[in-house]
Amino acid sequence: MLCDVCGEKDATVFLTQIVEGKMQKVNLCEACSKAKGVNDPTGFALADLLLGLGAAQQIDKGPASLKCPVCGFTQADFKKTGRLGCSECYTTFAEGLVPMLSNMHKGTTHIGKAPGNRARTREINARVKSLQADLDTAVATEQYEKAADLRDQIRQLEAELTE
Amino acid sequence: MKLSRIISNAGEWISGDGPNRQIVVSSRIRLARNLARTPFPGWAKRAERLHTLELIRPAVESLPEMHDAYAQNLTELTALERQVLVERHLISREHAAKGAGSAVVMNVEQTLSFMINEEDHLRMQAIRCGLQLREAYAMVDKCDTELARTLDFAFHEDLGYLTACPTNVGTGMRASAMLHLPGLVMSEQINKIINSVNKIGLAVRGLHGEGTEAMGNLFQVSNQTTLGESEGQIIDRLNEVIVHIIEHEENARQTLIERRATILLDQIGRAYGILGHAHCMTSKEALNLLSVLKLGVDLELFPSSARVTIDELFIETQPAHLQKGVHGQKMTAEARDALRATLIRAKLKELPEPDMAKIPATEAQKETNDE
Repeated sequence: MLCDVCGEKDATVFLTQIVEGKMQKVNLCEACSKAKGVNDPTGFALADLLLGLGAAQQIDKGPASLKCPVCGFTQADFKKTGRLGCSECYTTFAEGLVPMLSNMHKGTTHIGKAPGNRARTREINARVKSLQADLDTAVATEQYEKAADLRDQIRQLEAELTE
Repeated sequence: MKLSRIISNAGEWISGDGPNRQIVVSSRIRLARNLARTPFPGWAKRAERLHTLELIRPAVESLPEMHDAYAQNLTELTALERQVLVERHLISREHAAKGAGSAVVMNVEQTLSFMINEEDHLRMQAIRCGLQLREAYAMVDKCDTELARTLDFAFHEDLGYLTACPTNVGTGMRASAMLHLPGLVMSEQINKIINSVNKIGLAVRGLHGEGTEAMGNLFQVSNQTTLGESEGQIIDRLNEVIVHIIEHEENARQTLIERRATILLDQIGRAYGILGHAHCMTSKEALNLLSVLKLGVDLELFPSSARVTIDELFIETQPAHLQKGVHGQKMTAEARDALRATLIRAKLKELPEPDMAKIPATEAQKETNDE
């Protein structure tokens, strides 16, 4: 069996990890396992390694000529390093990145902390979304009084957003 | 402030106290943050990295928590000094290898440390003694909130905090606990535990290296995913798993006492004998034997005051710590092993012999019953 990283030498190191019931395997030769820090005290995580392999293939989904307008990063660079160039790359390469993230993580939407000024915006957006759903139900069930009240609440929140 | 002043004191997570301290050595939370629309350190040019440093370092140093901090650009530290920080988990191995633009800021208690221009522009970490993941998160969360007032962190409406590696995107948080599990190793249950922890999407690593043959029976458990769950959910899930592991470890120890007391006492006695009399000792051997003594303290075969002595030896016998007091040329491995043995022998003189009477040797009797 050949090494998954260099594709040249015979693989002698075999790693298996089960994440969320999905088995992920990677085969490495001696040199690549050292280079990837498989025996390294601190940083090694199989996820990082798998990312460097599987992910680079996934990101190919976008057009090959794609280049980040902020930092000049390309898909070829990602393939080489397994890291992105700057925060803008997440928008530039979104098409390939999102499916990759859904394989890697529990979901594709962040639901934790946000920086101070963004936190209120996110809170309002979430609230509007839930009110909108209530409004739709109210209209569908002909509860017009309730619907009007919900509509006012939404308007008020949206006004706060535009401030 | 000088590095020597920082490292002359053991960190709070070594000398302090915390819940479940016997099994959970330390709890760590690390947050990764980046400046918006600025090349990540691995992709940035030297000038850009220096610019990032100029923006972040003063912001970190002006945090109220950091008023008496130690701050240093990594280029101003020797390889040995950086390695000392790695051995204390205050900077990562990757960060230690970085050049111009990289810096570290930490408080005197060594509970908070900030790595500037690591893989991400800023990685901040809180480390506490025992099982204190929530407390560690509260510390680092407060710093993060404060820093976000002045620094423009890269944040995406759907994806959350953006990081150089997509494995960290979302919360940018890695929560981990260092567990001391001699009972599960001795009773050969550790692989079963590691496999089941992996199955639920958490990572288990040794103190030094991947795989089950972790040195000193020390294992790190951490979250593997960072997107789709809130910080609180990740910490709660990890915490729950750790509580289970603690329970298993306690049961394993109890079973050893009841069924294999002679072997247990033999191991502790031998560890005490070898550590007290060896003249040449590798760091691997030292860690493994110290782990057995640590178990002896937990089982009350040694006075409880021995705990700090042993925990400090775990750190003090690591290669860079060993050499930090020695000036001049880099020591050979052989010279280090001799120095390590000398240090341990001296420390072990403070430790009385294990009081084996605390554990009745039930084994012989049990075997006759079995016959």
